[in-house]
Amino acid sequence: MGFTINVNGADHTLEVDGDTPLLWALRDNLHLNGTKFGCGISACGACTVLVDGAAVRSCTYAVEDAEGTEIVSIEGLADIGMVALQDAWVEEDVPQCGYCQSGQIMAAAALLNEIPQPTEADIDATMTNICRCGTYSRIKKAINRVAADQ
Amino acid sequence: MSNSLVDNVSRRRFLQGSALATGGLVLGFHLPGGLKVLAAPADQPGRLNGFVQIGYDDNITITLTHAEMGQGVHTSLPMILAEELDIDWQKIKVLQAPAMAEGPIASASAGTGGSRSVRREFEALSQAGAAAREMLRHAAANRWNVAVDRCVARQGVIYCEDKQATYGDLAMGAAMLAVPQNIALKDRADWSLLGTPTKRLDARAKVDGSAIFGVDVQLDGMLVGTVQQCPVWGGKLVSVNTAPAMAVSGVSDVVTTETSIIVVASGYWPAKKGLDALDPQWDMGPQALNDDGRIQGQLDQALKGKMAIVVNKGNVTQAGKFVSRTVQAVYEVPFLHQATMEPMNATAWVHDGKIDVWAPVQSAGRERVSIAQEFGVEEEKVTVNVTFLGGGFGRRSSMDFIRPAILASKQTDRPVKVIWSREEDMSHGTLRPVAKAQFRAGLNGPGLPVTWDNRLVVPSISKQLAPERVRDGVDPVSVYGADELPYAIPHQRLGYAMPDTGVQLGFWRSVPHSYNAFFVESFIDEIAVSGSTDPFELRRLLLADKPRHLAVLERLKHESDWDEKLPARHHRGLAFHECFGSLTGEVIEVSMHGGLDFRVERITAVVDCGAAINPLTIEAQIEGGIIYGLTAAMFGRIDIFEGQTVQKNFDTYQMIKMAQIPKVDVHILENGPLGGIGEPGVPPIAPALTNALFRATGTRVRTLPIADAGFNILDRIDQA
Repeated sequence: MGFTINVNGADHTLEVDGDTPLLWALRDNLHLNGTKFGCGISACGACTVLVDGAAVRSCTYAVEDAEGTEIVSIEGLADIGMVALQDAWVEEDVPQCGYCQSGQIMAAAALLNEIPQPTEADIDATMTNICRCGTYSRIKKAINRVAADQ
Repeated sequence: MSNSLVDNVSRRRFLQGSALATGGLVLGFHLPGGLKVLAAPADQPGRLNGFVQIGYDDNITITLTHAEMGQGVHTSLPMILAEELDIDWQKIKVLQAPAMAEGPIASASAGTGGSRSVRREFEALSQAGAAAREMLRHAAANRWNVAVDRCVARQGVIYCEDKQATYGDLAMGAAMLAVPQNIALKDRADWSLLGTPTKRLDARAKVDGSAIFGVDVQLDGMLVGTVQQCPVWGGKLVSVNTAPAMAVSGVSDVVTTETSIIVVASGYWPAKKGLDALDPQWDMGPQALNDDGRIQGQLDQALKGKMAIVVNKGNVTQAGKFVSRTVQAVYEVPFLHQATMEPMNATAWVHDGKIDVWAPVQSAGRERVSIAQEFGVEEEKVTVNVTFLGGGFGRRSSMDFIRPAILASKQTDRPVKVIWSREEDMSHGTLRPVAKAQFRAGLNGPGLPVTWDNRLVVPSISKQLAPERVRDGVDPVSVYGADELPYAIPHQRLGYAMPDTGVQLGFWRSVPHSYNAFFVESFIDEIAVSGSTDPFELRRLLLADKPRHLAVLERLKHESDWDEKLPARHHRGLAFHECFGSLTGEVIEVSMHGGLDFRVERITAVVDCGAAINPLTIEAQIEGGIIYGLTAAMFGRIDIFEGQTVQKNFDTYQMIKMAQIPKVDVHILENGPLGGIGEPGVPPIAPALTNALFRATGTRVRTLPIADAGFNILDRIDQA
């Protein structure tokens, strides 16, 4: 069965089961590999993408529910004017292994969409993605850097 | 075994200097530069595996065998070479060398781990950079017909008065020259790049989604599979009806092996659906009834039984008769999983008698040999390509996660990427072992320990992975951190026993230091309490003849404001540990909020890693190590029930999150030979925290995780 989803501004029709998580449609069908598989149960956030501007953990979000939405993955972030986040991540030397960082950046993008000048409490409440390398303090600095420049 | 880095390196390095087809000056060298490592196959002298290429276009490419798993070696190792070569840092590129037979890149004899990379390769990389620089200077001198000492190298250019030429311009001339050996290296005082906070070279690729991890490997005609192994370690597959999986749209093959089922499909999701549709019959094997109760019994029995003597200094028994007071305690830690963010995976293509592998692996050279042996092909037919690792922490030093991809490719005649589900990853870990330790110390009148008796029980990692490492009943990988105490205690005894718990074991960031530091530093704190000594003062007295250690303590005391009065309900804890050639002290400050609810207010760390190669990396590794250690201390435990791992995902294997920890203040000292940095941040934080919680509540947590004692870590900012 075919499902049409809009990813990074382009429509794609996929011949997959409707229950296919958006994560795997992005990775295995569209070969957008920046969105990562971590847990499969929405617990870690490595698969976070933007759906209509909000952070969604795509490992438990079915393709059939994604029809009619606008999806942005890490590969499309620069095109929606949020390259400053990626620049800040580089400036603050955030990544270590880097595996969770696409998801962290997308979660931060959703936060800044919602609250352009977040307090530390806002950041703590929103940024719940797991990083096993422990890059949290630099993630915070990077978010604050972007907020300060806005 | 050579214990001399310099001898080893000078014998082998720069066996050739030549302009390869790719152009420019290419120098090869041999890594690792020295130091025998765990379970390494025989070194292959003459096989070059590290390269620096100076292209005609002035770009500099360095090829490394070291896996980048977050620890920053793809930045710090090039920095070492660049310091001597003297280049424009922006022009450097890093290539990951595969482990293979042909071509310029030979197999590495050792994996990436043990916080070794910078320490071990410093000399070889410095010499490589210096040799290239000298050859370029000579090439310039030849071209301009001047004395070489008038030619100066700076930022990728050779200057001689009004003349100048870039390295790229001189590369061809330099390539014709003999390679100079044993060049005098810069003094630390003259370093310009080393010691300067330098941003990671891989950061951009890791923020725009382009970095290739194991799960991202994409090959023409590739299929994707997922695997289920017998839920109990050592069990076997009896039978499975594969029809329900084959009925799932997209599934192309079901591969069954003696111990596992691999469903292969057009993508991960159909493969997962196919696997979930199966109802395999397993023979759970000899560990089918294993559980925590049985393991606990083994630990207790071993604690009472006969032990191998690891340390016997002075006379503990005799001296113990004359002490003023004795202190005793028993501590225990559970199994732990590394829980890398990237689940286990690998891609393989078995074709034309060859096995090509792409994997996020810490030990490509060693696994290449293992693959050749297991699959009965010549080593020359096996190539292991290394991707970025989505975390390593010791988990990716094996081939268990490579095997399923090879088996699947062999059966399907297609390239196959096999990705484990998180549940599979957690169920088939190589776990940090449980450990239990009994301590007894005798104190003199002023409260200083004069006798120290430690009975340590830990199942042996080496017994499973490299039995030849076990000597006289002692696995060094179990006792490090307990065997050479920094403290001046005249009478010391360490006994050790290794029950076989029937659980698959492996390395976990800092390995035995993770528990031995908890045991030793908790007990030192108990001695301080018993003797009514300040914990800093006690350590200071016991380290009186060790100026390097004292410097760490003094700096930590200062930076943590130890002597400043704390607000009400705030308490501090301290711990110190020496490992991987570095000394690390950590102070944690907590505040109490009713009952056993606490917040982490502040963490201060001081590390003496000998020399700061890249301060940005050191800060990141110490902070990251502390968060890794704090997560384990607070929440980490893997339970075994009916032979199986109980915790199977992040919902039950809980993690410290951003809201719960402050930024860590990291201070760096440079008072010795180069030390490691990937692991030393981990060990002190668990005892620092339990020592703080004891001061806060009077409750001494002797069994990890801390949450099991009823303590609850709060978000730092009250969201209400």
